[in-house]
Amino acid sequence: MEFPEELKYTEEHEWVLIEEEIVTIGITDYAQDSLGDIVFVELPEVGAILEAGKPFGVVESVKAVSDIYSPVSGEVVEINEELVGAPEVINTSPYEDGWMIKVKLSDTAQLDDLLDAEEYQEFIEEEV
Amino acid sequence: MRVGTSGLSLNEKLIFEHSDPGRTGYSLPKLDVPAAKLQEDLVREEVKGFPELSEVDVVRHFTRLSTWNYGVDSGFYPLGSCTMKYNPKVNETVARLPGFAWAHPATPPHLAQGALALMFALQEALAEISGFDAVTLVPAAGAHGELAGMLMIRAWHEAQGRPRTKVLIPDTAHGTNPATAALCGYDVVPVSSDGILTAETVRAAMDEDVAALMITNPNTLGLFESEIVEICEAVHEKGGMVYCDGANLNALLGIARPGDMGIDVMHFNLHKTFSTPHGGGGPGAGPVGVVEKLVPFLPAPWVVREGESYRLDEERPQSIGRLRAFHGNFGILVRAWAYIRTLGAEGLRHATEMAVLNANYIRARLEGTYHLPHTRRSLHEVVFSDRDLEGDCHTLDLAKRLIDYGYHPPTIYFPLVVKGAIMIEPTETESMEVLDEFCDAMLAIAREAREEPHKVKEAPRLTRVSRLDETAAARKPRLRWEEG
Amino acid sequence: MRYIPHTEEDVRQMLETIGVGSVEELFETIPEKVRLGRSLEVPRPLSESELLLDFSRLAALNATPATYSSFLGGGAYNHFIPAVVDHLISRSEFYTAYTPYQPEISQGTLQAIFEYQTLICQLTGMDVANASMYDGASACAEGVLMAVRATRRRRILLSRALHPEYRGTVVSYCRYLNLDIVEVPVAADGRTDIEALGSLLDGESAALVVGYPNYFGIVEDLASLAQRVHGTGALLVAAVQEPVALGLLKSPGELGADIVVGEGQSFGIPPAFGGPYLGFFAARQKDVRSMPGRLVGETVDREGRRGFVLTLSTREQHIRREKATSNICSNEGLCALMATIFLSLLGKKGIRELAEQNFSKAAYARQKIGAVKGFSLPFGAPCFNEFVVESAEPVGEVLRRLENDGILGGIPLGKDYPEMGNRFLVCVTEQNARQEIDALAASLGEGGAM
Repeated sequence: MEFPEELKYTEEHEWVLIEEEIVTIGITDYAQDSLGDIVFVELPEVGAILEAGKPFGVVESVKAVSDIYSPVSGEVVEINEELVGAPEVINTSPYEDGWMIKVKLSDTAQLDDLLDAEEYQEFIEEEV
Repeated sequence: MRVGTSGLSLNEKLIFEHSDPGRTGYSLPKLDVPAAKLQEDLVREEVKGFPELSEVDVVRHFTRLSTWNYGVDSGFYPLGSCTMKYNPKVNETVARLPGFAWAHPATPPHLAQGALALMFALQEALAEISGFDAVTLVPAAGAHGELAGMLMIRAWHEAQGRPRTKVLIPDTAHGTNPATAALCGYDVVPVSSDGILTAETVRAAMDEDVAALMITNPNTLGLFESEIVEICEAVHEKGGMVYCDGANLNALLGIARPGDMGIDVMHFNLHKTFSTPHGGGGPGAGPVGVVEKLVPFLPAPWVVREGESYRLDEERPQSIGRLRAFHGNFGILVRAWAYIRTLGAEGLRHATEMAVLNANYIRARLEGTYHLPHTRRSLHEVVFSDRDLEGDCHTLDLAKRLIDYGYHPPTIYFPLVVKGAIMIEPTETESMEVLDEFCDAMLAIAREAREEPHKVKEAPRLTRVSRLDETAAARKPRLRWEEG
Repeated sequence: MRYIPHTEEDVRQMLETIGVGSVEELFETIPEKVRLGRSLEVPRPLSESELLLDFSRLAALNATPATYSSFLGGGAYNHFIPAVVDHLISRSEFYTAYTPYQPEISQGTLQAIFEYQTLICQLTGMDVANASMYDGASACAEGVLMAVRATRRRRILLSRALHPEYRGTVVSYCRYLNLDIVEVPVAADGRTDIEALGSLLDGESAALVVGYPNYFGIVEDLASLAQRVHGTGALLVAAVQEPVALGLLKSPGELGADIVVGEGQSFGIPPAFGGPYLGFFAARQKDVRSMPGRLVGETVDREGRRGFVLTLSTREQHIRREKATSNICSNEGLCALMATIFLSLLGKKGIRELAEQNFSKAAYARQKIGAVKGFSLPFGAPCFNEFVVESAEPVGEVLRRLENDGILGGIPLGKDYPEMGNRFLVCVTEQNARQEIDALAASLGEGGAM
């Protein structure tokens, strides 16, 4: 299982790529593996305002369903349209082709609460 | 002799693929009044895609489909929490008596006294069996009964001046419980039980915002909640109510009554405990028993006796109102009453005793090979896990392999508190020989998992289809046939 | 006891294997203080022959179309059921099976449900249908809840011409969900009052629910209602209490309904004093994930053969728990099978002919009754197989008089519509021969002469 160094992570198993004031969000390799074959993703619309800690979407496998929580507050500027027709991309490429949304941050201080790759890995080992 | 074998199985298209223009399987008398014409703009074209078949085509079609199914009449069906007991044939016969099957629900009560008398007698008998003060027969299924019960609890709290906000649900509960609580506008607070709920846990979780505790007793691990009286006291002390999911009543008939334990409301599943068939998913019936203080809130209508006659009472000001059209799943009520009349008091108790004996017998034969996560005495069902299954075989593989041996699998992956749960409920209508053959199959599969795991992982191999691609079905749902 | 196979010797051996001395010991975890300690007080057990006799006597106390000419409808209908239906559903592989959770040994049930879903879609003109709900009324309530989810609005408009028990059920289901339920009045012609609707609809309205046909048997102008409702972003829910009408009437889907619910009892299911019946539920493709209830979908097995499975189950209570689209679990599977067999027998031509006969018989009865002195037909809009009759003589007396002539003449409307104390609802189906209708009119006429 991979946890790229350049990403930040949350305890709800989302990853965050920070590029100045725009962040990209998806779910981790661990999350996709625990869910199994993903069959459906529900994403917000472009322009939606997200609040840190609140769910912004849903990801479903055949027998499980999970809310996706936003690690940051801000406005959705882009969504990965491809996932709607091909949700399996999240299984095959969780960190690249399987990205979900891009958000324009309203509060950069929230980024300080995120875990780095090593901390996240420790966290999931404890959870197991 | 191994029960499972392969045999000739006939293929069959979809009914729509059979269709041949011009055929019909139905006849009407010739129209004996002038043909009337509805104004043109309201009239549709023909129903596009509707099939056209002869009577023989239709009979063969559904007969073939039926052979692809497995029912209680086919063999052992130990589906935990579902109480798949034998469905007596005479019950089917009496439900089809023209005076029951063809009575219209709007028949004036004085011309429906037979139906109303039966309903009243069933209300009384279920109240006696469960220890409640009154029973409603309105709900169509267990979850519908839950809704009725939780609406009554909410209405009662409202009448006290404060609806409260939360409902406590132990982790051994049925999935319907949280969904029902939400439908009544309550927040769900999960309570972890470690197999058996203690009064201490409940007391710690109780406060004056808790409207009710929803409990299943015996619980979904097949264990009796021994502290039930103290649990109910803890809930009542804070002004809450106790709801009991009656799915597992088959463990208690004539032995103990939920109403005597301090429980305030309980639904029955007539299609479990009282032998009415499951019909491939329904219809069932979910009557609800309540304590005295909830009687004013019972849903409409309620059958009452006045002197020698019976009527439907709908004019009860505090009632939670209607939950469906008409009076209940009457055809199912007839079957359940036939079951109670056939068994009588002694028969009901004997059914429970043999159901519990059967579950404990299976447990004794499989314990040691299969991991038993909770070792307290089982009642009507027993829950194993797949922990000790070897060869990278899991609960799902075991279930599919059991099909090859000729059995319907147990309930799997439920309750959620047991990882890889295998939930076995034999019911009282199975003989020792059947249980022995089933246990032999379970032991053989454990051996296969160790020595030839591919046999288990590739199962089922004797069915007309192998494991189906559920992922593809969910990704690109095809929920209807389309022409062309 | 003939349903329990255990011999004394079996019990002895089984106890020995378990390692306990008596059956009583198996119940040791049940505290003494909650034990019953006496026999249950239920009637003495009956042998099979005694049971048949006892139940036959009870059944004989109920009026049926065999003992009375029946013109009762109001959401439950007296339609002919071909012998094939009962024979096929009596295959115990169908009726003694559970919900098809193990698809490899449930393909019969699953394919039949897939066919049922298709038939309901074809009939209603909708894209997707579920595997069934309890009945028309509860399906109607679930339709309302789905409209609330889909629009995220909280106001529900119910036509007063919608079946009163469907309205009552919607009110009960919504009671504690903080929704605002408003009634839309009936116009003079018996349809939902579209002018009044205009003033009640607003940006907070989630849905309008109307009967199609409505409780008075009248064909609502769905297209105009849909246009009004869609103008404010609300949804139109059509509730079909008599689905035979869909053999003749334009489908609700074609006319713009967003959700179609209804009662399938007319399709091969006996009236049985009120149940079990069959709630059907259909919607648009885009809303499939917010539908309640089970769905069957087509897929393939490991060898690529066609097969069917329960699908999209993440909507349901066993997975999504308190966030589920409904709490429904058991549904009315066997009744859905009855409807599937019934509709397969009827086919394209049969459903049209059946609908036309119902319509023609009711039209004949309207004309006959309308001509009887002291009786009139208050509503002018077109109706299907039911209609409202107004009487100069008190309705209770009229119906009692008919009863003495061996006729169940209709359902008095005063209980549900206090303003209609002098009206009753008459239903005529293909089962009512012309002589029965003539006898009804004649019997009504006898009162007028007094």
